[in-house]
Amino acid sequence: MSDPFVSRGFTGRAHDPGDKAGRIPPGQYLTDGFPVLSAGPTPQIGLDRWAFTIEGLVAAPITWSWEQFTALPSRDWTVDISCVTKWTKLDTAWHGVSLDDLLAAVEVDPRARFVTAHSYGGYTTNLPLTDVLNNQAFVAWQYDDAPLEPAHGGPARLVVPHLYFWKSAKWVRGLRLMAEDEPGFWESLGYHNRGDPWREERYSGD
Amino acid sequence: MPEPLTWQIATVTAIRAETPQVSSFTLALPAWRAHRAGQHYDVRLTAPDGYRAQRSYSIASPPSRRGEVDLTIERIADGEVSPYFHDVVEVGDRVEVRGPIGGYFVWEPVLGGPLLLIAGGSGVVPLMAMLRERAAADGAAPAVLLSSARTLEDVIYRDELAALAAADRGLRLIQTLTRAQPPGWTGYDRRIDRPMLAEALAAAGAPPLAYICGPTLLVEAAANGLVELGVSPAQVRTERFGPTS
Amino acid sequence: MDDPMVLDANAVAGDLAELFGFEVTAVVHRCAHCGNVAAVGTLLAWTHGPGVTLRCSICREVVVRFVRTGSRTFLDVRGAAYLDMQRG
Repeated sequence: MSDPFVSRGFTGRAHDPGDKAGRIPPGQYLTDGFPVLSAGPTPQIGLDRWAFTIEGLVAAPITWSWEQFTALPSRDWTVDISCVTKWTKLDTAWHGVSLDDLLAAVEVDPRARFVTAHSYGGYTTNLPLTDVLNNQAFVAWQYDDAPLEPAHGGPARLVVPHLYFWKSAKWVRGLRLMAEDEPGFWESLGYHNRGDPWREERYSGD
Repeated sequence: MPEPLTWQIATVTAIRAETPQVSSFTLALPAWRAHRAGQHYDVRLTAPDGYRAQRSYSIASPPSRRGEVDLTIERIADGEVSPYFHDVVEVGDRVEVRGPIGGYFVWEPVLGGPLLLIAGGSGVVPLMAMLRERAAADGAAPAVLLSSARTLEDVIYRDELAALAAADRGLRLIQTLTRAQPPGWTGYDRRIDRPMLAEALAAAGAPPLAYICGPTLLVEAAANGLVELGVSPAQVRTERFGPTS
Repeated sequence: MDDPMVLDANAVAGDLAELFGFEVTAVVHRCAHCGNVAAVGTLLAWTHGPGVTLRCSICREVVVRFVRTGSRTFLDVRGAAYLDMQRG
């Protein structure tokens, strides 16, 4: 088999990670930019209509308006993020509320083991409950000290930094607690069900 | 059944500057296949570490030129592939390509006309392939090209278009320059809008086949405008290039 | 619609042709959501993502999705009620 073709003088966008190499998961390239990825039109949600709901295996579902949601206990988060399309961005700065604090507002049924995030526009992604508790996940409405732009998921998006970024659902509108796992938009079309970048869990079967 | 589409290694045999930001690259293809005006080639670059970038570029040359194609490429400042073509590629370099591709945004003389072609910036490339094809065919239907560029020096194929129009009363050119116009400029000086579309439609003379190519927002505005002016949506074909350059 | 990044299905015609063995953008489909009958070439394409999503130009619902992994392609055409293809 002949060597694959290499384009003379082409090096691509990847930066030399230097001393940060240990923070880049396998197969990833370091980027300074913030690529915009999506599967559909950017939803236009007025803050007067926006709402966030937790439902499913909970004692009683809860819905917050934008004012109520952004008044919840929130904090700054600085995290590294990795997209399955191979870019990694270090030290991204967000502000929002942890899923621990959100789930503390409902009584979660002991049968609940999974959560599906639902977004305006129809996107879904699924996660084990154990991957979103203990400060591992939050819903952010600010990025880099400014309101989260619609192109990057604003008004609010889920952020789960320890998994590939397709799990960080943009335009999130709620969580459904479930006993059974239900593969979401990309998980049902060849992507890995969990998506740990450090184990390169990109595709199903990885 | 045509052969399956596979990647092949093409060789750059000529580079020609069209405007300060746009150049045409002639690629000799070992597995050349006659294309149709409007089709494109996919180009794939591979770095030594395996990193890959891929883009599509419309074919500018007519299919009568056997064995090679011209791809006219605009240099996008923060792009990945176009700066490589403009800043690195030299005659003799090899490039991995796949094509010709496209079954919808294509025109052949047998499809008739009149043709209403609307271009934003480098969106003129596939439409030029159509006009070159049309020029090679005798008795082709009337055609109107409405194109938008920032300044006069940014108008791609300016001299060739003027020569085509001078030699062919059935070809009408309508040009708008949106950022700066030279002294004595008699064309338009603003973004493509309803009155300009109406003029182009009137110049076409009869319900046309419309092909619109360029930045996404320009293409959508023009397509919506034509439909509002009564053109049937089935007669309007679009090729969006994405964010404006 | 004001999304400057959206493209036409033509932008992924190469990947689809590699998969099907023929030009797919000229194939006619019927949208399973709104019934619109049109060429695949009219679908709107979101190509920047883990996979490619093609949506109906009329109702914006998903018609086709595909994901290319290292060596495989996963294709979902549930959003197309049918594909009408010329034989031979």
